[in-house]
Amino acid sequence: MTAAARARRYEARKVPETRQATSAMIASLAAEGYDAAPAPFGHALSDLANTDERIVGLSADLSKYTDLHIFAQKHPDRFYQMGMAEQVLMSAAAGLAHEGFIPFATTYAVFASRRAYDFICMAIAEENLPVKIVCALPGLTTGYGPSHQATEDLAIFRGMPNLVIVDPCDAVDVAQMVPEMAAHDGPVYARLLRGNVPSVLRRHKPDYRFRLGKAQMIREGADVLVVSSGLMTMRALDAATELARDGIEVAVLHSPTIKPLDRDTILAEAGKGRLLVTAENHTVIGGLGEAVAATLLRAGVTPTFRQIGLPDAFLEAGALPTLHDMYGLSTKAVIAQIKGWL
Amino acid sequence: MTPQDLRAMANRIRRRDLQAVYEAGAGHIGGEMSVIDILTALYFDVLNVDPGNPLDPDRDRFVLSKGHTACALYVTLAEKGFIPKEEISTFLKPHSRLNGHPNRTKVPGVETNTGPLGHGLPVAVGMAAAAKLSNAAWQTYVVTGDGEMQEGSNWEAIMAAKQFKLDNLTLIIDHNRLQQGAKLAETNDIAPIAPKLEAFGWAVQEIDGHDMDQILKALSPETVVPGKPRGIIAHTHKGNGISFMSDNVAWHHKVPNAEQYKQAMAELEEAAQ
Repeated sequence: MTAAARARRYEARKVPETRQATSAMIASLAAEGYDAAPAPFGHALSDLANTDERIVGLSADLSKYTDLHIFAQKHPDRFYQMGMAEQVLMSAAAGLAHEGFIPFATTYAVFASRRAYDFICMAIAEENLPVKIVCALPGLTTGYGPSHQATEDLAIFRGMPNLVIVDPCDAVDVAQMVPEMAAHDGPVYARLLRGNVPSVLRRHKPDYRFRLGKAQMIREGADVLVVSSGLMTMRALDAATELARDGIEVAVLHSPTIKPLDRDTILAEAGKGRLLVTAENHTVIGGLGEAVAATLLRAGVTPTFRQIGLPDAFLEAGALPTLHDMYGLSTKAVIAQIKGWL
Repeated sequence: MTPQDLRAMANRIRRRDLQAVYEAGAGHIGGEMSVIDILTALYFDVLNVDPGNPLDPDRDRFVLSKGHTACALYVTLAEKGFIPKEEISTFLKPHSRLNGHPNRTKVPGVETNTGPLGHGLPVAVGMAAAAKLSNAAWQTYVVTGDGEMQEGSNWEAIMAAKQFKLDNLTLIIDHNRLQQGAKLAETNDIAPIAPKLEAFGWAVQEIDGHDMDQILKALSPETVVPGKPRGIIAHTHKGNGISFMSDNVAWHHKVPNAEQYKQAMAELEEAAQ
């Protein structure tokens, strides 16, 4: 084959950018009827980097599985493939941040929280450096068992001073959190929804925009207040739609910023006499639920309080829809739990 | 400074360090005595740094990864003019910025917080990568201990530095053969270190880390190999310059009593003649 023929064949095999391979895992968790956007993080970061030369990307051999490959293909000079080495991933990001860059470092949430903690804490957080840690497979978003299920990442990171923590719900959250994270002058940990990510929030609230540090009412309701983050806001909204048919009015307060928690909004909504349910894709230990509970107790606001979340256990492996039913995260399970508490 | 001037400076830094540790009642004097000749060569011959403009974007970056020898760094920074010399007497005191491990947000001239071992080199990889990305000419230098090379993070950094062809990065390993509780050889004997670094694609030199001429030669621009990070194995003695501390593991974190202080100071003063 001639070089020209090889080149033509290569061109013919190239996939258009909008159809580049991504994981379909998250879309498989969405209810039917939601549109999905491919790799919202990768595209948002790539777009931001077009206008902000300080943006650099690093990954520990997981660029494709964190959607960072979209950025890497557009900005190869500003992409660092660190190999399977999470300690130098975080530390080198710190070194780049020292010198004026805004690094986005990606891996899986289990590896960042369990394996690289000391390096995030000492090299990044103590110096308040603007490193953005974006991690796939938060909570129960893989069926591959405890080695890949970051069911306790929020509990681990909440104790780290200076670190802002974000748990986005959908493609809009993921895309819009990127510039807000970059604009924040300090470290941020974000739980990433990767691949084809459903667009949920604007279906329920057309003018929704992600705002770092803010909880927002997505839906009003007089009987129950669900305070939720991450994909559990999608579950709460779907459950609320179903429960409304039975005459149960469920309000949903989406709180994608886990730290600092939007204390004022949560306290204002919690004081209205409704059953308060927190819902999170995380163990019930040390995540959104306990953060909300502590906020309420400290302020002397004491509604009836219930938690939806994963058990304090290493979870089973298997198919995600089955696991979400088993551990109480599916829409069906959320509905049953709320009905049981009323 | 001539090599003779540098030797005199190193002796002065040793004496001030000894006094500071004695007065504070704590410190890591053994590792300080082993690294001071290297620090002196860096700050008074090699590094392009300006105490009047400690954050000059074009300055060379220096990371003391063996952060427990902070007192030696503070005394060196004071001699160079980054902090007042009289401030050394506040070392480890409440509200002093001269803590047991260096903090960049407190002390001008400190480039990164260190203390947990195995942190300095990985951060320096990011700094050196940033210089390459910015087409900047400044260099990044790191000093680690030898026991510290047991930390896996250092080897992650060593691999990354070669992968990114960071020939603007220099690692000096203070190879004093003793770690906090015992000899390296009795703990986890990673010696010989040079062939390991070479196997990872670094340009490696071995020197006597107390011989000023050898230190200066090893750090000269002529020893840089394009495309390769530079590694210098500096063979040193823990407690160097003080007879009863030299090569004695007990002096990792021990503080001299009045009699020992007097003898140590007398030995250093005699060496200064």
